[in-house]
Amino acid sequence: MKETRALLYLDDVTVSFDGFKAINGLSLFVEPGELRAVIGPNGAGKTTMMDIITGKTRPDSGKVLWKGEHDLTKLDEADAARLGVGRKFQKPTVFETHTVEDNLLLALKADRRVIPTLFARTRKDEQARIDAMLALIRLEARRADLAADLSHGQKQWLEIGMLLAQEPELLLVDEPAAGMTDDETMETAKLLRDIAGERSVIVVEHDMAFVRELDVKVSVLHEGSVLAEGSLDHVSADPRVIEVYLGR
Amino acid sequence: MADTSLIRRAVTARSQLFLILLVLAAILVPVLNLAVPAGSFFHLPSYAVSLFGKYLCYALLALSVDLIWGYCGILSLGHGAFFALGGYAMGMHLMREIGSRGVYGDPLLPDFMVFLNWQELPWFWHGFGSFPFAVLMALLVPGVLAFIFGWFAFRSRVTGVYLSIITQAMTYALMLAFFRNEMGFGGNNGLTDFKDVLGFNLQSDATRAGLFVVTAAALAGGYLLCRWVVGSKAGKVLVAVRDAESRTRFLGYKVEHYKLFVFTLSAMLAGIAGALYTPQVGIINPSEFSPANSIEIVVWVAVGGRGTLVGAVIGALIVNGAKTLFTGWFPEIWLFALGALFVVVTLFMPQGVLGLARGQGGLAEGAKRALAFLEQAGIKRKGTGS
Amino acid sequence: MRTAFLSLAAMMLLFLAALSPLPAAAQSDNPALAPHLAALDSRDFAAKGRAVEAIAQLDDPVVVPLLRTLGAGDLYRRKSDGLFFRAERDGRDYKLFDLQSGDLVETLSGSAVTRIIVNNSMRGQIDALLGSLTLRADDPAQRLAAARTIFEERDPATLPALESAIAAEDDDDIRALMETARAAILVADDGALTESRLEAVSVLRAMGGREAMVILKGASGDEAPAIAEAAAEGAAAIEQTMQLWGLGQNVWYGLSLGSVLLLAAIGLAITFGVMGVINMAHGELVMLGAYTTFAVQEVIRNSAPWLFDYSLLIAAPLAFAVVGLAGVAIERGVVRFLYGRPLETLLATWGISLILQQAVRSIFGPTNKEVGNPSWMTGGFELGYLTITYNRLWILVFALAVFAGLLALLKKTPAGLQMRAVTQNRAMASDLGVKSGFVDAMTFGLGAGVAGLAGVALSQIDNVSPNLGQGYIVDSFMVVVFGGAGNLWGALAGAFTLGIANKFLEPFSGAVLAKVLVLVFIIIFIQKRPRGLFPVKGRAAEN
Repeated sequence: MKETRALLYLDDVTVSFDGFKAINGLSLFVEPGELRAVIGPNGAGKTTMMDIITGKTRPDSGKVLWKGEHDLTKLDEADAARLGVGRKFQKPTVFETHTVEDNLLLALKADRRVIPTLFARTRKDEQARIDAMLALIRLEARRADLAADLSHGQKQWLEIGMLLAQEPELLLVDEPAAGMTDDETMETAKLLRDIAGERSVIVVEHDMAFVRELDVKVSVLHEGSVLAEGSLDHVSADPRVIEVYLGR
Repeated sequence: MADTSLIRRAVTARSQLFLILLVLAAILVPVLNLAVPAGSFFHLPSYAVSLFGKYLCYALLALSVDLIWGYCGILSLGHGAFFALGGYAMGMHLMREIGSRGVYGDPLLPDFMVFLNWQELPWFWHGFGSFPFAVLMALLVPGVLAFIFGWFAFRSRVTGVYLSIITQAMTYALMLAFFRNEMGFGGNNGLTDFKDVLGFNLQSDATRAGLFVVTAAALAGGYLLCRWVVGSKAGKVLVAVRDAESRTRFLGYKVEHYKLFVFTLSAMLAGIAGALYTPQVGIINPSEFSPANSIEIVVWVAVGGRGTLVGAVIGALIVNGAKTLFTGWFPEIWLFALGALFVVVTLFMPQGVLGLARGQGGLAEGAKRALAFLEQAGIKRKGTGS
Repeated sequence: MRTAFLSLAAMMLLFLAALSPLPAAAQSDNPALAPHLAALDSRDFAAKGRAVEAIAQLDDPVVVPLLRTLGAGDLYRRKSDGLFFRAERDGRDYKLFDLQSGDLVETLSGSAVTRIIVNNSMRGQIDALLGSLTLRADDPAQRLAAARTIFEERDPATLPALESAIAAEDDDDIRALMETARAAILVADDGALTESRLEAVSVLRAMGGREAMVILKGASGDEAPAIAEAAAEGAAAIEQTMQLWGLGQNVWYGLSLGSVLLLAAIGLAITFGVMGVINMAHGELVMLGAYTTFAVQEVIRNSAPWLFDYSLLIAAPLAFAVVGLAGVAIERGVVRFLYGRPLETLLATWGISLILQQAVRSIFGPTNKEVGNPSWMTGGFELGYLTITYNRLWILVFALAVFAGLLALLKKTPAGLQMRAVTQNRAMASDLGVKSGFVDAMTFGLGAGVAGLAGVALSQIDNVSPNLGQGYIVDSFMVVVFGGAGNLWGALAGAFTLGIANKFLEPFSGAVLAKVLVLVFIIIFIQKRPRGLFPVKGRAAEN
C-alpha cells in the first residue's frame, strides 16, 4: 500500500454484542477522494462497521482515526457528522413533516449549536445553495411540499441532496441499489463516481452487478474482518471469497 | 431591527386572532367585574375572575407541555412538578408578606413553623421576602431542576416511554418529599392564608382583576416566545428530532442539547404559570405534584391539538371549563368523562379539536378512524392467518 | 369548743368502730404470726428486720400481701384492736382496706391508726423476700414474673431463694430464666467465686439478647480482669449476633416488600416487557382483583360462613378470570389500535384507569372495604429474634409461585412460544399461521389476570379502596424499568432489590424519605443504564 495520509483509518477494531463478535480485528484505509465498495454476506459486519465510523456504536477496542488526528470512537454521531462524515441509510429517512426546502435548510453546512441556530436567519448565499441543490435533485417544483408527500424515489433523491448539502468529506452509503431498476442502478453508480474525487465514498452493497458498474477497489468483509481487498476481478478470484459466497 | 422582524415572523393569522381574543379577555373581564354594577346581567362575579385567571395559568402550563411534546416529542408526565415549584416559590413570598398578621402573630416565622416549634427560618426561606427574588426563583428553581434532570436523561438517551416514566417518578418523589413537615414547606397543608401581594389585598376585586390581566399578559408573552422558538431554525431542528431523532444526529445536531434547551425553557414557563396560579387560587400544596395532575395536562394538549400552541390553550380552557361545570353538576360523572376523553382523543382525534376545526386530517380522518374502529371491533372478526 | 367537738366526734367514731364486727379475713388467726406482728410496731429496726425475715418463712396466704404493703409503706395498725390494714390517706382521714381481699373496711381519723415505718434497708430486704416468695408460687405465670423481676433487679440478697427455687422448678422455660437471673446476679457480685462468675458470663453470653448484652457491658468494667475480659468478649459476641439478626429482620421486611412489588409489577412486565405496551390501568386491574376478593368474601359471609378460610382460594382463580377478561376487553377495545404508538397507549390506558376507578367508586362506594384474613393468614411466629407474620410469608410464597408459573408458561408451553414469536416478529409469526390478534389479546389478558392475582394478595395487607391501584403504579413501573423490560427475571431482581434497599434505608431516613431516595436512585440509574439491570443487548434492542 502506498504511503498516503488516510482520510479514515480503522485500526484493529473489535466490537461484540452478547459475546458475538460483530467486528473482529477490522482494519481499513480510505484515502481522500477514494470511492470504495464494501461487500460481504449477511452478518459480515457491514452495518456495524458504519455504525462505528459514524459514532453510533462504540467499539470494545481499536481506533478509528479521522485524518490521522481525531479518534472517532471517542465521539458521537453529531461530532462525527460535524467533522465531515455523512451517512445515507438504506431506507430513505427525511423529515416528513418539514417541507422539502426546510429539509435541505437543516442539512446545509452551518453552525449546529443551539443558540446560533435559534437566532439563525437564512442568508442569501445559503438560499442560493438550497436553490441549486433543489435543481440538482429535480425537486424545484416541490420545494414547499411536505417531504411526506414525496414518492419513494423522490425521497431517495432528497436524502442524497441533504447529504450533499452537508458537504461531507466522507459519505457512507448503505445499499443504494436496493429496490432499484437496472437503469436507476446504472444512474446511481454514475452519480457516486461523480461525487467521489471531491469526497471519499464508502458504498456497502450486496448487488454484484452494481459493484462491477462502480469499478473500484473492493473490500470483502467476512465475520467482522477484511477477507480480501483489491479489484473486483482480483477478489472474486480469491478462493476464500468464493468459499464464503458459494460454500456451505 | 432584527427583533421586530422575528416577532413579525412569529405572528401569523391564527396567532393574531388568538392574541386579539386574549387582549379582549384582558379588557372585558376586569370591566365586567369592576365597572358593571353587581345587579346587572352583564356583571361578572369576582369568583369567576379568579376562576378564569386559573384557567389562563393552566393554559400557560399546557403551552409549556405542547412546546416539548408537540414540537420535540418529549412526553413529560412530570410537568406538574415545575408548575408546583413555581407556585411554591411565589407561595413562600406570599407567606413572608403575611408578616405578623398570622394566627400566631410571629413577625418572622410563618404559622406552620411556629406550630412545629421551629425557632428560626430555614436557610432556603431567606430572600423570599423580596418579590423580585421570588419571581426569579419561580423561574430558576424549575429551570435548574429541569436542566439537571434533562442533562442526565438526554445525555444517556433516555427516550420515549422510559423518559415519560422517570418524569413521573420525579414528580412522585417530589410529592412525597413535600408532604413531609420536615421539608419546611408546610407539609400536607402547603402554603395558604395569604394576605396580599406587593401591598395589594388579595381578597379585593381590583387585585384579582389585576392578576387576571397580568396572567393574560404572561400567556400572551409565553405564546409569542414559543411561537418564535418553533418558528426559528432551532424550532425546525426540534421537529426534526421529534420525527427522526437518529437522522438529526447524523446531520450533526447535538440532539441532547436541543432537548435540554427546550425542556428547560418549558419548565421555566411552567414555573411562571405556577407563580401566577398561587395568588389567584390562594393555596399551593403537595397535591399539585401528584402524577395524575401532570398526566391531565397532557390530555389538555391532546384535546386541543398538539404541536399547534394555540391548541394547547384551547384544550386547557375546554377541559377545565368542562371540569368546573361537571364537578358542579354531576361530580360522579367527571372522572368517567375525563377518562373517556383520554380514550376518544387518542383513538379518534390525533389532531385534537383544532384538527377537527381545520377539517384537514381532522374530522374526516376521525370519522374514518371511528368507522374502521367499529368495523374491526364488531362486524369483521376473522382469523388473521394467511 | 371546737376541740371538744372534734374529740367528741373521735370518741363516737371509736365507739362505732368497736361495735362493728371484725372482718374475718382481715388478719390471719395463725398464732405463729402474732409475736412477729407485734415486733413490727416498734422503733427498733433490727428487731423489725428479724420479724420480717421470720414472717417470710411462714406458710400463710397473708404473708405476701402483708409484706408488699409494708414495703410500700402503706401498712397501718388500728389502735383500737391492734389489727393491721393497708390504708390510704383521704384528707385528714384514713381509709382502711383488708390486706388480702382489698375491700374497704372503714374510714378512721389519723389519730386512730399508727403507720408502720420502714427504712431503706428494710425495703430492699422486703423486695428480695417478696421476689423469692413468689418464685415458688403455684401459678407458673407468677413464678415467671418473679423470675423476671429478680433478673431486672439483680439483688444479691435474693440469691439463696433463687437457688432453691431453681432446684424446685420443673418448668424448663422458667428455670432457664431463673438461671439467667442467677447468672446476672453472680456476674455483678464481687463476693462470689471467680469461677462461678465466669460461668455466669458464659450463661449470659449463651442467652444473648439486648439485656444480657447490657449486663455484660456493665461487667466489662469489672475490677477482676478475667471477668472484665470475658464479659467484654461476651458483650461483643452478642452485639454481633444482634446486628446479624437486625440485618436479617431488614432482609425479611425487604423480601416482604419485594414480594408485594413483584406481584404488582409482574403483570406489567408482561404487558410492557413482552408486548411493549404501557398499561397505565395496571394498578386499577390490581384494584379490581382486590374487589373481586371482597365480593367473594361478602357472598361467603352471607351464605356460607364455614367456607371463609377458603375464600382466598376461591377468589384467586375468579380474580384471574374476571380481571383477565377485563384485560382482553381493554386490548380488543382500545390498545390494539395503538400498537407502535406507545405514548398514545399510555394516555388511553390512563383514561381507562380513571373510568375503572370511578366505576368502582360508584358501585362500591369511596370508602375502604373490609377484607378479612383467613385463619391461616393471621398471627405469626418467632424465628430467633425475627418476627414473621403468616400473611407476609404467604404473600412471599404466592409471589414466587406466580413468578415460577409465568416463567414456565412463557418458556415451556406452545402458548408461550406463540407469544414470544408474535413479540419478536409479528409479520413472520402471522405468516407461520400464528393468529397475532388472538395472541395479543391473550398476552394482555394474561398480564391483566396476574394483576388480578396480585389484587387478591394485596387485599390482605392493604386498604381495599378505589385508590388502591394508584399507590402501586409508579412503584411497579420502577421495578420493570429498573429490572429491564422484556425480562421476567429482571422484574424479580428489580422487585427484591428495590424492596430490600427501601427497608435498609428506612431506619436512617424514615419511610417517606427512603422511598424518595429509592426513586431518585432509579432516576439516576436509568440514566446510566437506560435498559435496566438485564438489558436485551445487540442489534434487536436498537430498533
